[in-house]
Amino acid sequence: MKETKKKYWKGLEQLTNDPGYVKYADREFAEKLPLPGEETNGSSRRDFLKMMGFSIAAASVAACEAPVRKAIPYLNKPVDVDPGIPNYYASTYASGGNYCSILVKTREGRPIKIEGNTLSDITRGGTSAQVEASVLSLYDDARYKNPTINGESTDWDSFDADVKAKLAAGPVRVVTNTVMSPSTRAAIDAFVQKYPSTEVVTYDTQSAAGILKANEESFGKAALPSYDFSKANVIVSFDADFLATWLSPIEYAKQYSQTRKINSNNRSMSRHYHYESNLSVTGANADFRVPIKPSRQGPVVAALYNAIASKAGAASAGGAKDADHIKKAADELWANRGKSLVVSGSNDPAVQVLVNAINDLLNNYGSTIDLRNHSNYRKGDDASMTKFVADLKSGSVASVIFMDCNPIFNHPRGAEIAEALSKSALTLSTAGLKDETAEACSHVAPTDHFLESWGDVEPRPGVLNLVQPTITRLFDTRQSESSLLSWAGQDSNYFEFVKARWKEAYYPNQDKFMDFQMFWDSCLHDGVYTDSSKMEEETTETGAFAGDIVAAASSIASNYKGSELELALYFKAGVGDGTQANNPWLQEMPDPITKATWDNYVTVSQSFASANGIVQQEGIPWNMVNLTVGNTTMELPVIIQPGQAPGTIGLALGYGRTQAGKVADNIGKNAYPLTSVINGHRSYYVLSGVTLTASENKYQVARTQTHETYMGRDTVIQEATLEDYKTDAFAGRHRPHIATWQEESGESEPGKISLWKGHEYPDHHWGLAIDLNSCTGCGACTIACQVENNIPVVGREEVINRREMHWIRIDRYYSSDADAEDLNGLEKAAANPEVTFQPMMCQHCNNAPCETVCPVAATTHSTEGLNMMAYNRCIGTRYCANNCPYKVRRFNWFKYHDNKQFSDANTSMNSDLGKMVLNPDVTVRSRGVMEKCSLCVQRIQYGKLEAKKERRKLNDSDINTACASACPADAIVFGDIANPESKISKMLKIQTSTDKIDKEVGEERAYAVLEEIGVKPNVLYLTKIRNKDKA
Amino acid sequence: MSSVTSPVRTPLVTSGKSIHDVTEDICRQVEGKPTRSWMMGMAISLTALALGAYATFVLLWEGIGVWGLNKTVGWAWDITNFVWWVGIGHAGTLISAILLLFRQKWRMSINRAAEAMTIFAVICAAMFPLFHMGRLWLGFYWALPLPNTFGSLWVNFNSPLLWDVFAISTYFTVSLVFWYIGLIPDFATIRDRAKNKISQAVYGALSFGWTGGAKAWMRYESVALILAGLATPLVLSVHTIVSFDFATSVIPGWHTTIFPPYFVAGAIFSGFAMVLTLMIVTRAMFKLEDYITIGHIELMNIVIIITGSIVGIAYITELFIAWYSGVQAEQYAFLNRVSGPYWWAYWTMMTCNVISPQLFWVKKIRTSIVATFILSIIVNIGMWFERFVIIVTSLHRDYLPSSWAMFFPTKYDVGVYLFSFGFFFTAFLLFSKFFPVINIAEVKSIIKTDSEKL
Repeated sequence: MKETKKKYWKGLEQLTNDPGYVKYADREFAEKLPLPGEETNGSSRRDFLKMMGFSIAAASVAACEAPVRKAIPYLNKPVDVDPGIPNYYASTYASGGNYCSILVKTREGRPIKIEGNTLSDITRGGTSAQVEASVLSLYDDARYKNPTINGESTDWDSFDADVKAKLAAGPVRVVTNTVMSPSTRAAIDAFVQKYPSTEVVTYDTQSAAGILKANEESFGKAALPSYDFSKANVIVSFDADFLATWLSPIEYAKQYSQTRKINSNNRSMSRHYHYESNLSVTGANADFRVPIKPSRQGPVVAALYNAIASKAGAASAGGAKDADHIKKAADELWANRGKSLVVSGSNDPAVQVLVNAINDLLNNYGSTIDLRNHSNYRKGDDASMTKFVADLKSGSVASVIFMDCNPIFNHPRGAEIAEALSKSALTLSTAGLKDETAEACSHVAPTDHFLESWGDVEPRPGVLNLVQPTITRLFDTRQSESSLLSWAGQDSNYFEFVKARWKEAYYPNQDKFMDFQMFWDSCLHDGVYTDSSKMEEETTETGAFAGDIVAAASSIASNYKGSELELALYFKAGVGDGTQANNPWLQEMPDPITKATWDNYVTVSQSFASANGIVQQEGIPWNMVNLTVGNTTMELPVIIQPGQAPGTIGLALGYGRTQAGKVADNIGKNAYPLTSVINGHRSYYVLSGVTLTASENKYQVARTQTHETYMGRDTVIQEATLEDYKTDAFAGRHRPHIATWQEESGESEPGKISLWKGHEYPDHHWGLAIDLNSCTGCGACTIACQVENNIPVVGREEVINRREMHWIRIDRYYSSDADAEDLNGLEKAAANPEVTFQPMMCQHCNNAPCETVCPVAATTHSTEGLNMMAYNRCIGTRYCANNCPYKVRRFNWFKYHDNKQFSDANTSMNSDLGKMVLNPDVTVRSRGVMEKCSLCVQRIQYGKLEAKKERRKLNDSDINTACASACPADAIVFGDIANPESKISKMLKIQTSTDKIDKEVGEERAYAVLEEIGVKPNVLYLTKIRNKDKA
Repeated sequence: MSSVTSPVRTPLVTSGKSIHDVTEDICRQVEGKPTRSWMMGMAISLTALALGAYATFVLLWEGIGVWGLNKTVGWAWDITNFVWWVGIGHAGTLISAILLLFRQKWRMSINRAAEAMTIFAVICAAMFPLFHMGRLWLGFYWALPLPNTFGSLWVNFNSPLLWDVFAISTYFTVSLVFWYIGLIPDFATIRDRAKNKISQAVYGALSFGWTGGAKAWMRYESVALILAGLATPLVLSVHTIVSFDFATSVIPGWHTTIFPPYFVAGAIFSGFAMVLTLMIVTRAMFKLEDYITIGHIELMNIVIIITGSIVGIAYITELFIAWYSGVQAEQYAFLNRVSGPYWWAYWTMMTCNVISPQLFWVKKIRTSIVATFILSIIVNIGMWFERFVIIVTSLHRDYLPSSWAMFFPTKYDVGVYLFSFGFFFTAFLLFSKFFPVINIAEVKSIIKTDSEKL
């Protein structure tokens, strides 16, 4: 390149090298720009851009942060946990003597639902409301979260050191409810070995000590017999509520329901006589129910004994008093010797001896009653508890350990125990959930929830069930067995302890598995294991009946004097003995009989109410009553109860918790202190000294159903007697027919005429069949549905406002004595009514009235017969609910989740802990939208997808709704009525046809509720048949 | 407007008012200072509006649960108020449209206020379907058939609630246009008389440049007739469609084919009663006794007797058909109305709607202002109870006795109703102060000229 001298300059200033130019030559702009504050203090354009950039960045960072707050992906995904895929673990529910074999459904490591385990020979897949609800107590904020000494949190090491030092001091008492677990017993034994001064005291909230005593007297074996109701053609029950609250209701309901299933090929069923004071679930299911005062329980049993004895030629007993149907019952029992069963809920050994004598005369031992292969449900001993209280009061007990029990609340002498506790140096409770006893103790060693625990349960000798954890401990808790082991100075790993015990005790008795681990895994997988050799070993022969009838009869004659007003205490199917009282699902579960929630109350008979001016008004509060028993007076609400024996009042136990947590505290009154002692045993009857006076204060019990009768509407309830059914399978059916211009004779069925073309169901057609004859009304389905479908709890006030959200309710109707024409008379239930339970949920109508009226088409019909709700589309006009003839639609009146107003009641949707129980497959509904039963569409969808993945056709057993799977009586059957092989198709005798729209139902008992309005439900009911002689 | 008035007929405007008097009398309160009674009325209305606004705010903030509704009774005061307000609106349309077509000249001095009442009543009515929605923030536009990106996601044309959307919106639009067009010449009159700049500008804008030319008058009259023709079927159709909300359902007591004529008669019945209530107050407040005469009141009372009797026959027919049908649930629904827990509502309805209007057969009563005023309010109470009886007593005990329940209103039920009243009277008082309450132009056509005077 040639060098050039050429020079370019910008201006004369550069050319002349003007000093003024040179000074600013290195700047972008030669002249000073008139920018404000560039050199002064103000902000510049650059500052502005910097600020803006920062702000936008900050805003975007802040905005991105919120939604991903807690979604943390697995770094190392556990092998068995796939997001969206549930895992089921077999386990066992055992609370005191209440037992149920279960499957626990977990999603992403959280237990969210409990189902029955069909592999169990005892509960056979059934559950109860309490079992279903128990998953929520895992996420109860009232759980103790770490060990405490005198209310101060501490760690386990220093806690153990303190406890061990104090235990060494002297006499120790371990108080428990019935322990059904052999491993727990072994752990207690290990503890006793270390501290030999220990005495183990066992009591039961629902004591059966009298039955154990009577069996010892009669047969020389202090044990509960195993009953088999399924083999009984005639059942006589004296106040044993075996379908809902007595001993093992799930097991008995399963057995009992087998005897109530009938069809045109099998037109026979069991006959059930029931003698009781309060109307119980079992009484409501009985064919003949006789209301008697508690003071007649003993004498009426004696009367039945005499009636049987006279046939058998045995000696008769004194002090008998006859009651209705005793002779008839005796005749039928005698005719069905060996195929009958007499049970009594009494805890008086004298009464139970007579019952044993009756069953013995009837040859029922060995068929319907098995005392050789007994049951372990109740082992409590009232006498040892009495001695314990005395010891405690005398100050001779240095240390007392309350192991998973709460006697201060649920023992009649709880107040005395609470007072005497100060005399012991160490008072320790292993309660997991906050309770009155633990609050009164100096030391709390909180146990794990049973869904976090290892263990085993032995409901009957040789029938073994495993308990396994389904989640890691949520809090710093330790299983009570581990605590005992560690205080005993042993390895506190209870899992290893259980496993080692099984290896030693059960593994050698089988030859199926060559390796213990395989044996263990198989048992763990099934949840149940039967060790027949243990069964033999532990089954002890019983002697021939050796009870003293004369002594029993004279004891009855002297003890059952009776008075004008007697009190019968009872347990409710929901809250039960009060252990789970802090569970809002159970508190809001309508009582099967009274349909009341959130309270206990005095039930009085209609005659008592009219004699004493007790008036019950619909929708508004009415006067309470003052109940006085001995020196105790409590003010309680009152409900007029049809079927209540005149001269008696009823009151539920399990309420009146004071230290249970925000849900249960101060709900109802504690009735445990009212129990009496008859014949040396705890009695739930108070035969004298009961007075009831009106109170000035008014109160309203929250009830979900206030109208008691079905008003003679045979389009709703269709029932017949067995006698009529034997001759006509259509007995009791109301078959509406309508006349048309083509058929003036009126032979058309209402469903045949329609404005609509009908829906075509090319693949599946889901439906439910509900057997009114099997349904016991227990309410397990209601809670199962609540758990499965994230149904909110609304609290007492909102139940009063008639806004409970349950998708499935059980309508309970009483019969009335009035004529069919007397509509005012029909409103009043009979004094001793017949009871019908009718589970009612969305009927999934083929001509759904809700679907046509929604302005935004938020509720529509699926191609599989479901009536579907699109929550996101719903604008909440409530027109669909108004137009629903079954009134099964539920509206979100408020925001029930994350709302302070509902945080005390709806605990599962108002805290991070509670929300862990929610089913991730089901939306939590927002306020202002309608919801209702979806037939568990999420389960249908899951089942279909699983089948599709496996490239096979859907099997009938792949899908089941929550209600159907929970039902202990198998009253609800879900299935595909388009599949001729399905259980429901066979049950309803669906005629095979090519019609993709309408299906012909061949079963004579099947009916659609409100058939005449032509909405064509996909839920069909089977008539209720009562085993009575004639209509 | 026809100018032929039979000299033997009694004059429709009394005291021999001249054309100028008409202008003066009607423009007086528009141009003058608010009267004391107007101020008091306004204060009461605004208080009601404010209290009601609080209740409405709580309703929208907390949820529908603040009302007394429950899972059995899903509608109560909300839809009762809706139907009641829609019914009230009907009188305005009937007076201005049907009576125009029938050339009933006596309507001229009341149609303006009656139409204004229609507009405000329809707004009040429309509030309730909006407020009663669980999710108003979505429902207010999801209920409209708007194009959207979700393909087939569309409104449900089978739903009577959707028909309501169309019926009410059409009705409101037509009524508003009809009313406004009638106002234009009168606005021009006020504009021409206005002294201050603001009035000139406002009324100038409102009068849309009305010139008063012959051609303008000609077009004005054609449009009035066309709109009257459009509005006439609406008088029948709107309440017919509202009645379909009930008639097409399956609930006993709702599922009734008699509803459309019965609802229309009831609507006119309550509408005339409301017009009377308002007119009696307005004529006293603004001294318009010469324009709204006893003759008007008497004629309206006669309409009330007729429609009240139609309604009475409908009630009795319902009872008869329920018995005659032989349908268990239907029979019970009506027995329950008469003698169930809500018997008092039924008998309030019967007394107010069927018995009390029969008093108008007595000439002394139907020409008495006090009696008419009292009875007009009684009729509206009765008509409110009619809707309450139909909605609540049918729902509270329908098919399954297990779900039978009672409905108890809360303060928020009352509060939102009060809100509609507050709005209605505030709007009506503003209208009566700032707009000509009587159609100046039309009334001028019916006063007798000097030559016609006897």
